Amino acid sequence: MSSPLLEVEDLHVHFPVGRGRDRQLVRAVDGVSLTLQPGETLGLVGESGCGKTTSGLALLRLVEPTSGRVVFDGTDVRSLSKRDLRSWRRRAAMIFQDPYASLDPRLPVGESIGEALDIHGLHQGKQARRDRIGDLLERCGLHPRVADRYPHEFSGGQRQRIGIARAIACEPDFIVCDEPIAALDVSIQAQVMNLLTELQQDLGLAYLFIAHDLAAVQHVCDRIAVMYLGRIVEEAERLDLYRAPQHPYTQALLSAIPIPDPVRERERERIRLEGDVPSPIDPPSGCRFRTRCRAVFDACERIDPALQEVADDHRAACLLHGEVGTEVTG
Amino acid sequence: MSGAPEPTPEHDDSTDAEVVLSVRDLEVSFGTKRGRAEVVRGLDYDLHRGETLAIVGESGSGKSVSTLALTKLIPIPPGRVTGTAHLGDTDLISLSEAELVHVRGQRIGFVFQDPMTSLNPVHTIGRQLTEGMRHHLGLSEAAARDRAVELLAKVGIPSPEDRLGDYPHQFSGGMRQRVVIAIGLSCDPEVLIADEATTALDVTTQAQIIDLIAELQADLGMAVVWITHDLGVVAGIADRVLVMYAGEVVEQADAPELFSRPRHPYTVGLLASLPVLGDTERGDLAAIPGLPPPPTSLPPGCGFYPRCSFRSDERCATERPPLREVVAGHLVRSFYEVPEEQSRRASAATRIAIEPPDVRDEGVA
Repeated sequence: MSSPLLEVEDLHVHFPVGRGRDRQLVRAVDGVSLTLQPGETLGLVGESGCGKTTSGLALLRLVEPTSGRVVFDGTDVRSLSKRDLRSWRRRAAMIFQDPYASLDPRLPVGESIGEALDIHGLHQGKQARRDRIGDLLERCGLHPRVADRYPHEFSGGQRQRIGIARAIACEPDFIVCDEPIAALDVSIQAQVMNLLTELQQDLGLAYLFIAHDLAAVQHVCDRIAVMYLGRIVEEAERLDLYRAPQHPYTQALLSAIPIPDPVRERERERIRLEGDVPSPIDPPSGCRFRTRCRAVFDACERIDPALQEVADDHRAACLLHGEVGTEVTG
Repeated sequence: MSGAPEPTPEHDDSTDAEVVLSVRDLEVSFGTKRGRAEVVRGLDYDLHRGETLAIVGESGSGKSVSTLALTKLIPIPPGRVTGTAHLGDTDLISLSEAELVHVRGQRIGFVFQDPMTSLNPVHTIGRQLTEGMRHHLGLSEAAARDRAVELLAKVGIPSPEDRLGDYPHQFSGGMRQRVVIAIGLSCDPEVLIADEATTALDVTTQAQIIDLIAELQADLGMAVVWITHDLGVVAGIADRVLVMYAGEVVEQADAPELFSRPRHPYTVGLLASLPVLGDTERGDLAAIPGLPPPPTSLPPGCGFYPRCSFRSDERCATERPPLREVVAGHLVRSFYEVPEEQSRRASAATRIAIEPPDVRDEGVA
C-alpha cells in the first residue's frame, strides 16, 4: 500500500468551560488516531456529542487541537504558520451539514465559489474565473448560468451541490464531509451521495465522511470508524464492521438502526442501551462505555482499553479481546 | 385509566377493531403571495383502535399538516380546512375553537419532533405535566401530582418524585422526549399523534422511545398516527402505511405488503434510493431525479409526473389519477403500476446480502 495521505495520532481537543474555580475541561476529542490513504473514504460515525465533528474540524485546524499529531502528505499540519496553513488548505476542503448556513446569503453563489479561487490565486482573470466557476457548477449538476443567483433561490439539495462545487474548486486531495446529507430529504440524499462518489472517482479525492446514518456510511465508505465519548472504539472494513462487530457499543449501535424491511425488522433482537451517554467533562474511568455495556467485567474500571487488532484489518478498543490498555492510576 | 383494558388487536385483523378516527376528503390549503398553496389534496383514512398508522413522505408532502389540521393547529386564515374527521361521533372539522380545547391534549395527544420547543423552558416539568390533567380531567393538585409521578415512572424516568421540580434543560434529549410522551398520554387519549417524534434523537435513544410507545400502546389500547420520513422506523412499527407526495396519498397498504411489493413509482423510487445496511452493492443509488413540485404550482395531471420514470402516455400529464384498490387493501394512485420485478428489486428485503448480526449472546463474556 502507498504511504498514507493523512495520519492522525492521539488527537485531543479539550474545551474549557466555566471560570476560575469552576473551570472544567470538556474532552470533546480525547485520543483519536486514524489514517487515510489517497482516494479512500473513511467513515466516522457515532451519536451526537461523541466528538466526530470536532475531530473533522481539528484535522483542518478549524479548531485548534489541544495535542496530538496530524501529518498530511509529509507535512506536520500542527506546526504550520498561519500563512502556510492558508496555502495548505487548498489541498484540504470541507463540506458542511447545513448548506443554508455555509453559504453567504448576500453573495451570488458563483462569488462564493470564486472566493476560494481568489484566496489561492487560481484561475484569475475575468474570463478564466468565470469559466472555472461555470465548469464547477456544471460538474456538480447545476447550470453554469445559476452563478449569478443567491442561495435562497435554491433548494437544499442544490445548495449542497454548490457547497460541493466550492469544496472542489481548488482541486483538493482531501475533503472532510460533515453530515453532508443529514439535512436533505431522502430522495435528494441519494443524488448527493452519487455526486460525491462520482467526483471521488474522477478527481481521486480522499474523504473523511462524518455521519450518524450508518446505512449511508456503509454505502459510500471503504472503512468505518466508530466513535464513543471522544474515542474511536472500533475500526474495520465497511462490510466487516456490519458482519462481525467486535465492540459492544458498535453491536448496540448496529442493532438500533432500523432496517426498512418489516420481516427482518420485527424479528431481530435489539441490544437496549440503558441511560444516556456520560458527560465528556468527567468520563468514566477505564473503558468509557463500561457504564452502559452489557458485557462489563471488573477489569473495565481499571484499564483504559487500547485500540487493538482483533482480526485482519479490524481494530477494537475492548478488554474482551485481551486486557490491553493503560492501567488507571489513583 | 378508563375501563378494563381490551385485548390488543393482532396486526392482521386490525380492520375488525373499532374505528376511532375516520378522515374523509380532507383538504388543507393556505393563501400565499404566489396563490393558493394546496398542501393536502383529499385525504381519506380510517384509524382503528390499537392500530399504528404511519404517514410517510418528504418535506412538504403534507404529512404533518394533514394531522395538525385535524385539531386546527394551523393558522386559519391563511389556512383553510375542508372535509370531515370523525373522532367517535364528533366531527373535528366542524368544532369551534372552544370545543377543540377539549379535544387537544385530552382525546388526542401529541408528541412533536423537538422536545426543546414543545416544552416550556420556564416552567417545571411537574407543572407542564399536571396542567392538562387539572384542566381536562378536573383533578386536584395532589391527584394530578400523583398521576404525574406515575406517568414519569411509566415512561422510564428514574426517581420521578424528585424530577417534578426540574426544568426541561435539566434533562437530556431522550429524557425530554419521554417527558413529552408522558404529557401526551396524561389524559388517556384515544389517539396519539407522533409527528417525527424520534427524528431529533440518536438511534439508540430512538430505539428506546419506539419501544416505549409500543409498550404503552399495547397497555392502553390507544391508536397511534406515526408521521415520519424514516422508512426503517415505519417497517418496525406500522400496521398500515400511507405514502404521501405533493399533498396526496399515492399509495396505501399494510406494512409488509407495501415494503415487499410497492406499486407506485414514487414509493418504488424512494425505496430504491435508500442505502440499506447489509447491501453489498456499491454502485450508484437509484436516485429520483429532480425535486418535488411547489404546492402553489402543482402539475395538472399526476403530481409525480415530472420525476416519474414509469410515466407513459399523455394521460399522466393531463389527468389526475384516482386512488384505486389494485389488490385487497392495497391502494395506488397511478395509471401505471410498477412491474413486479422492478418493484422487488427496489425492496430492501431483496437487497440485503448480509443478514443483521445476531446479537443475542455475541461479545458477552
